[in-house]
Amino acid sequence: MTATLSAHTTGSSSAPVTARARARRARHRRTVLLFIAPASLGFLIFFGYPLIATIYYSFTKYDLINPPEFVGFDNYIRMFTSEQLIGKAAYNTLWLVVVLTVCRVAFSLGVASVISRLKSGVGLVRTLCYLPSLAPPAAATLAFVFLFNPEFGPVNRFLRLVGIDGGLWFNDPAMSKPALTLLALWGSGELMIIILAALLDVPQEQYEAAELDGAGPIRRFWHVTLPSISPVLLFGVVNSIIYALQFFTQAIVAGSAASGTADVAGNTKFIGAPQNSTLTYPVWLYVQGFRYFNMGYAAAMAVLLFIVSAGFTWVLVRRFRKSQHQEEGA
Amino acid sequence: MSRTTRIAGTARKRGTLLACTAAALALLTTACSGAAAPSGGTGQAAAAPGKDDKLTLTVYSKFTSREYEVVTKALGKLKAKYPNIEVKHEGNQDDDKITQSIRGGNPPDVAISFYTDNLGAWCSNGSFQDLKPYIERDKIDLNQIPDAVRSYTEYQGKRCAMPMLSDVYGFYYNKDMFAAAGLSAPPKNTTELFEAAKKLTQFNPDGSIKVAGFIPTMPFYANMAQYWAPNFGAKYLGQDGKSHLAEDPGWKAMFEFQKKLIDFYGGHQKLEQFKSGLGDEYSADHGFQRGKLAMMIDGEYRTAFIKDQAPDLKFATAPPPVLDSIAGQYGGGFTTGTIIAIPKGAKNAGAAWELIKQMTLDTDTLVELANGLKNVPSTKASLTDPKLKLGDEFKTFLDMYDSGKLVPNPSTPIGDAHLKAVNDFAEKWQAGGVPDLTEGLKKVDQQVNDELAQKGSGG
Repeated sequence: MTATLSAHTTGSSSAPVTARARARRARHRRTVLLFIAPASLGFLIFFGYPLIATIYYSFTKYDLINPPEFVGFDNYIRMFTSEQLIGKAAYNTLWLVVVLTVCRVAFSLGVASVISRLKSGVGLVRTLCYLPSLAPPAAATLAFVFLFNPEFGPVNRFLRLVGIDGGLWFNDPAMSKPALTLLALWGSGELMIIILAALLDVPQEQYEAAELDGAGPIRRFWHVTLPSISPVLLFGVVNSIIYALQFFTQAIVAGSAASGTADVAGNTKFIGAPQNSTLTYPVWLYVQGFRYFNMGYAAAMAVLLFIVSAGFTWVLVRRFRKSQHQEEGA
Repeated sequence: MSRTTRIAGTARKRGTLLACTAAALALLTTACSGAAAPSGGTGQAAAAPGKDDKLTLTVYSKFTSREYEVVTKALGKLKAKYPNIEVKHEGNQDDDKITQSIRGGNPPDVAISFYTDNLGAWCSNGSFQDLKPYIERDKIDLNQIPDAVRSYTEYQGKRCAMPMLSDVYGFYYNKDMFAAAGLSAPPKNTTELFEAAKKLTQFNPDGSIKVAGFIPTMPFYANMAQYWAPNFGAKYLGQDGKSHLAEDPGWKAMFEFQKKLIDFYGGHQKLEQFKSGLGDEYSADHGFQRGKLAMMIDGEYRTAFIKDQAPDLKFATAPPPVLDSIAGQYGGGFTTGTIIAIPKGAKNAGAAWELIKQMTLDTDTLVELANGLKNVPSTKASLTDPKLKLGDEFKTFLDMYDSGKLVPNPSTPIGDAHLKAVNDFAEKWQAGGVPDLTEGLKKVDQQVNDELAQKGSGG
């Protein structure tokens, strides 16, 4: 009986406790949901919906005016079979992904390393290096086209002074992408500042310990600096890859300005010059969607771009985590 | 509650959640596609407004600064007939913005485009309303507009735009340079053009080009395949509506002529170097205006730029030289122009048509626009109006306009895809990147036909 009573007592007192706990948890959950609601809504409206809509449109024939018409995999089949320029556009973007990513991260790291070692004038140098990233892309590109003008541009004039033939830069299909890469490097101040912050965050004691162990500057950089800033470098790599995959304004402005075909109101009549060497994947996607009214095909191109971007990011993050685990294990 | 029951409950909840999500997404997607199809364009002419009706017409155009003022003034002339109609002219609106406004369901009442490239697409997808009911109702005689101009404002017989003003591409030459080289008349065919280019070209001691007689590379100023093609009798599409460039002798002749001139200058690289030192197309440093080019093909509007930016330049105009074998075509050339239309979903279509009539058929308005914008007025009556004050050099373009030999770009549903394909090819060809001209042109045909097929299935 005692046992029964005690069981009853326990049971009757634990029930309200459980109910209270459940109510508290529900309240907590509601509060959490309330706090994350704005972000979730933003995510759903500005990312989730466009993504789903793009996937849907990629299976349709859609001219932007009339209702979309389902065509199955036609757009994807066209992309991999009959459409001729997508290969060129994909190559140009891939070129930028590889070269621009490596150069941008290396350049930003190099500049940030120099600034982190400066004894005086750090603020001024840091500001000067950051400023170009604030320039509007179209204006910066026009300025670069002028600077690299083969005939009267300051760069070629200087090169001629020292006996070097500077080449045609934006007017040469072999040099237009390297010239665009230089433009991107000039405007990579944001990444440089982020890497600089990471460099300044590396504990000084680790350098001192490494120095005591006889490590030189290269070994200190390799064994102390790099492991410490690797998460930031990974961010830099992913950021640069996405930047290259979305390379648009600079390519379109450089192509039209260098070929001299921008019209009175600044619109371009000719995209991709010279010889489609500045026709990047996003530029071609824009042309297909908004100039040729093939929004279904453009959506299919966008889906492919999304898959590639996500794939790059996934592979890089996985490799980075793996190497981190290995380091921790060691 | 047992574990199994809980799991079943959770699964049910998840199922419901998934179903709700799927339904919401489907709804969102459907909602989006629904929003993309604005109403309007019933196929019947909307009634003209009453004389005292009070309303505001919105007009989108790409005109800016001085040209914007000229067009706004011309649009305002509608007030003489409809005193209570206000016209709100929004400049700097390009073709993309016109399309976006139509698909957003909030189009202007009247859309003006600088280009005819998108006309085929706009006509075929119903972005622009069919003007035939209005033309029939008001018994408009379209014969007052030359055939070529009528052709670039309709698509497969569907008239969905009217020509506001026209551009005609002629031949410009520097009179001083001609006199110095002993040339007395402009070339009439490509053989004469080649010989004149040789005589007029000057090289620096290092072999670089000092003054070019005639630059053949594309793209450069008005050197685009579309501006040259009529002078070689080159056609984009065959009778079947497909691209047949590889079988057209005109295209081959054009590219071979281009290559011959490039070889004369010492190669593509040398011309690129020279070209890069010339000013932009619409700047005061334009190569022809600075005496760096002796001859060129350009639109009639260049006369206004020269008057404004290089008033001391002694130049003359003539019809462009044509391929020797089509000498009968001399006197014609390429034409395009500004088009004006009523977009699908326009709120005041009846009043919009009255404005379009004013802007495209009223002689006084056209003459005023032509004088202000230095373009060719589009009706035959306005061509001979005594109030037309366009200068001696402009007469060439008026004569060309009335010659019956003008050639426009074909209206296609693929925008300027065919033009890009041909110009891309021209770039590659002139740089020596195409070993076999016919095979190269076959690839262009494939590319254009793929785009045309796309309008039949996919995307």
